[in-house]
Amino acid sequence: MGAQIRVYRQKIASTTSMRKIFKAMELIATSRIGKARARVTASLPYANAITRAVSAVASQSEIDHPLTTEPEQIRRAAVVIVTSDRGLAGSYSAGVLKQSEALSELLRGEGKEVRYFLVGRKAQAYFDFRGRSFERVWTGGTDAPEFSTAKEISAAVLEAFGTDFDKGGVDEIHVLSTRFQSMVVQIPTVVRLLPLVVEEQAARTEDLLPLYEFEPETEKVLDALLPRYIESRIFSALLQAAASELAARQRAMKSAGDNATDLIKKYTRLRNTARQAEITQELSEIVAGADALNAS
Amino acid sequence: MAGTSELQVEIVAADHFVWSGAATMVKARTSDGEIGILPGHSPVLAILAEGELGIEPVDGGRFGVAVDGGFFSVDSNRVVIVADNAQLTDAADSANAGIR
Repeated sequence: MGAQIRVYRQKIASTTSMRKIFKAMELIATSRIGKARARVTASLPYANAITRAVSAVASQSEIDHPLTTEPEQIRRAAVVIVTSDRGLAGSYSAGVLKQSEALSELLRGEGKEVRYFLVGRKAQAYFDFRGRSFERVWTGGTDAPEFSTAKEISAAVLEAFGTDFDKGGVDEIHVLSTRFQSMVVQIPTVVRLLPLVVEEQAARTEDLLPLYEFEPETEKVLDALLPRYIESRIFSALLQAAASELAARQRAMKSAGDNATDLIKKYTRLRNTARQAEITQELSEIVAGADALNAS
Repeated sequence: MAGTSELQVEIVAADHFVWSGAATMVKARTSDGEIGILPGHSPVLAILAEGELGIEPVDGGRFGVAVDGGFFSVDSNRVVIVADNAQLTDAADSANAGIR
């Protein structure tokens, strides 16, 4: 009997200390999420300006650029998978990785070879554990991405895209990351990054783009603009993923903390029952002993 | 559009907003050479070279912004400077509430 009480006590103690960790992580995630969302907002002016400029070029001239030309035959695709460095974020990384399996299946079904670029230690661990190969991995700072990382990633994918198929290049590039829709909804999303499809802005009179002069020439402007456009797209995907990661972590830690509280309550009750049972047993033993003495 | 006499300038970097305000002149260095933008300039989309931009705000002194590449667009007196990395070098004393 005494052993049972001890087991419950140990369980209560360990659950309490776990709950402390969950609560702390929840608070940290909550405090960082505001910042992450602010960074998403702060990157918008840049993204908008670039998008506007690219569509200005697109609406004015027939774009004929390697980055926007659809290859005749797509034989190899690259997928950039954005996950987190750390776990304890519920199904955040698992959701993305599950989606990546589905995407790979789809691409292979279309007869394409798939190459991977990974972001986050979780993706790396997933690939390493299954003994799959990947081209490159970026780890560290997935919850506060730097623009330089986005630059590196876009340089790497552009290089892969610029290489011939025979030399190991890829013909199209997909980015799989989590889109931050709201604090409770984050959706793993696939976007085809390259070849670029430049959407010309809707021909509404109020935002009709002026006839720009280009300096130097249109091609050079495009050469400079398009890589930046890609960087900006990747950076915004990273920022959204970071906000999603923190939101997912906050939610996971909240429910973990709540579950811990429930468990503690349950174990406390069990412990009390066990203690009461022990007392009752001791009492009945004493009474039985006294009865036996009286009877003799 | 040439009637108005000031430019609405916006400077944005990749991860943050740098400066915005009214200015009388913007001087920038493109890959071809220097270009000065005055109010009423025709629409231009140009690539910035690494170097310093000069901005003369309507109020406050002239200041520079160091950029390492980017581009800028001018249309109907609105100048949007998109820089990879922008740093105010000699911040004007006033009217720079937008600086971070």
